Amino acid sequence: MTERPRLAKTTLALLLAIAVLGLAPGTGLQAGAAKKLEIFSWWTAGGEADGLKAMFEVYKKRFPGVEIINATVAGGAGTDAKAVLKTRMLGGKPPDSFQVHGGAELVDTWVKTGFMESLAPLYKSEGWLNAFPKDLVDIVSHQGEQYSVPVNVHRGNVLWFNKKIFDENKLKAPATWDEFFKVAETLKGKGITPLSLGDKNKWEAAHLFEDILAAALGAEGYRGLWTGKTSWEGDGVKRALDTFARILNYVNRDHAAFVWDQAAQMLIDRKAAMNVMGDWAAGYFTAKGWKPNVDYGFAPAPGTAGLFVVVTDTFGLPKKAPNREQALAWLKVAGSKEGQEAFNPLKGSICGRTDCDPKKFDVYLQSSAVDFTKNALLPSEVHGSAAPEGFATIFNDILNLFVTNKDVKAAQAALQKACVANKMCK
Amino acid sequence: MRIRRDRALSALILLPSVVAVGVFVYGFIGWTVYVAMSNWNSFVPDLSFAGLRNFADLFQTPRFQIDLGNTLAFTLTFLAGCLGIGLLLAVLLDRQIRGEAFFRNAFLFPMSISFIVGGTVWQWLLNPSTGVNLLLESAGLGVLKSPWYTEPRIAIYAVVIAALWQMSGFTMAMYLAGLRGISDELREAARVDGASDLQLYRHVIIPLLHPITLSAAIVLGHISLKIFDLVFAMTGSGPAFSTDVPGIFMFETTFRGNRFAEGAAISIIMLVMVAVVIIPYLIYSTRTEAEA
Repeated sequence: MTERPRLAKTTLALLLAIAVLGLAPGTGLQAGAAKKLEIFSWWTAGGEADGLKAMFEVYKKRFPGVEIINATVAGGAGTDAKAVLKTRMLGGKPPDSFQVHGGAELVDTWVKTGFMESLAPLYKSEGWLNAFPKDLVDIVSHQGEQYSVPVNVHRGNVLWFNKKIFDENKLKAPATWDEFFKVAETLKGKGITPLSLGDKNKWEAAHLFEDILAAALGAEGYRGLWTGKTSWEGDGVKRALDTFARILNYVNRDHAAFVWDQAAQMLIDRKAAMNVMGDWAAGYFTAKGWKPNVDYGFAPAPGTAGLFVVVTDTFGLPKKAPNREQALAWLKVAGSKEGQEAFNPLKGSICGRTDCDPKKFDVYLQSSAVDFTKNALLPSEVHGSAAPEGFATIFNDILNLFVTNKDVKAAQAALQKACVANKMCK
Repeated sequence: MRIRRDRALSALILLPSVVAVGVFVYGFIGWTVYVAMSNWNSFVPDLSFAGLRNFADLFQTPRFQIDLGNTLAFTLTFLAGCLGIGLLLAVLLDRQIRGEAFFRNAFLFPMSISFIVGGTVWQWLLNPSTGVNLLLESAGLGVLKSPWYTEPRIAIYAVVIAALWQMSGFTMAMYLAGLRGISDELREAARVDGASDLQLYRHVIIPLLHPITLSAAIVLGHISLKIFDLVFAMTGSGPAFSTDVPGIFMFETTFRGNRFAEGAAISIIMLVMVAVVIIPYLIYSTRTEAEA
């Protein structure tokens, strides 16, 4: 038993080493006199990363001699990146500019807490109040001042389908969930999984439900959910949950094993016929060599024609940004026509501005850009625009339980409770 | 004089680590307790006193109740599995078989792989449509196909399989060391007394391995109570939180939901769970040390 004191010492040394290592990262960033710009995002893969690089090129042309530090943290919908960002912001080491979804995620988490600098002067000097639609500017504003620049707009409520499967079976994209069930029955009869879902990260199921909510409640009712005007315990939400429970009979049984892009891949592999996802899925299809209206078809998610669920990535300016001047220059590029035209075709999204050249975009994005100017714009809950993050995480949790137990009453009560706890309703 | 100088020197050498541990371990534990009893449940720090409200809220949260059940199920099966498989492998290897070094290393290797890598690989292996199910099917064993971690009732055991693969080699190594420490005379004496192989293990060897079993159980127990990375990489929360563990809940509550006080409360509960296992062991071992 003489080993024990030595073991204790080794343990102490190990603990010390761990403590020291834990302190190490993040200290060496400010060194050096050269001009630097650190941009924080979760764009690590495929078209997103290419788009970001293209925007960096535009920046380098306009402002040569600045070293751009591309700080990315991987993970769909930024779930992991946001955690890293928070520790950096709270620790007083913010990046110069960071990706943030417009709406509650920007306003509740960062603006109301005093971390962000107002961009109202920049909006005026760059003429952005006229370049962006008013609904979009409102999403990034708090008490009349703008706090971030929308680089792009994604549509959350899109139904994607394998065009060949649909043609072979003489099917049309369902416009309502009732039509969906008919189509789904036909497909199921042929042994094809009607709808693919990959909800390993939870938000994917919540995303699908958000579109069902919009369909069940309409624009007015859906907006009311976030202000307390529409009750979570009312008939509308009940109908949405009932529909959701029914839809779950038509999804792949192993959905808990996949994430969103694997669910999109199921369409390519002919393992499923339809998928409901934001239009970053179009970017995924393009990256895999799939063409719109040839290989895949698209339509508004059932019941949501005329509605446009907005997911907008924006960049803001933290108050303690170490390189404020370069950051402001970056924001000018991010809001410019040139910057947005470089970024968006690669990212697979439409411009936040309304004056981008349609010829630079593919068929799908052109149709989305038209809808963007005509439809009612709704904030996305799952992607951080509609409700505070405290609500968003609970919303995901409630739906994760619901997907398995399909208990409508319990889900409604829990949603109402979360709404009150986050001070959205009384 | 000599002894006193030695003492002073060792105290001096120990001082940095004592200070570091004092600050970075006990200081931070204190800080976490403080935060856990505050109202800091939004992004703005609010350290006003909330008492035990965060804890009370937690125990009423369905997700946390499920988490505690999962931790219990995971820990029990993981411990039993690891000890059982580890002992079996060690006993087999101890029979002076050929290529023993090869097998020993092969069984020990998974431990050198990080839980993240292990978790990712097992996520593929136990994926119902792309993993071992395909192997089973092509081997004509289609009846053994399983939905693995996509079926809420058994999902946590899929994670246990991955954890067993990763850690039973470690138990094997510990048992092997223990077996080598048992003198041949004892075995021979038992044989002379007419003990069969089974009786030999049952009444002589396994009782002698008790201290090893205890240490292994402590090491594995605290790993399984705090498990995060393996589950996070492999299944996340799982369908209906069937593979959710307090570590993941803590991470999401704190860094995604901005509910810092609740997150701290979860951490404290995890600490208490581990303490319940470790402290009796520490008391027991200091006592036996004093006797020796």
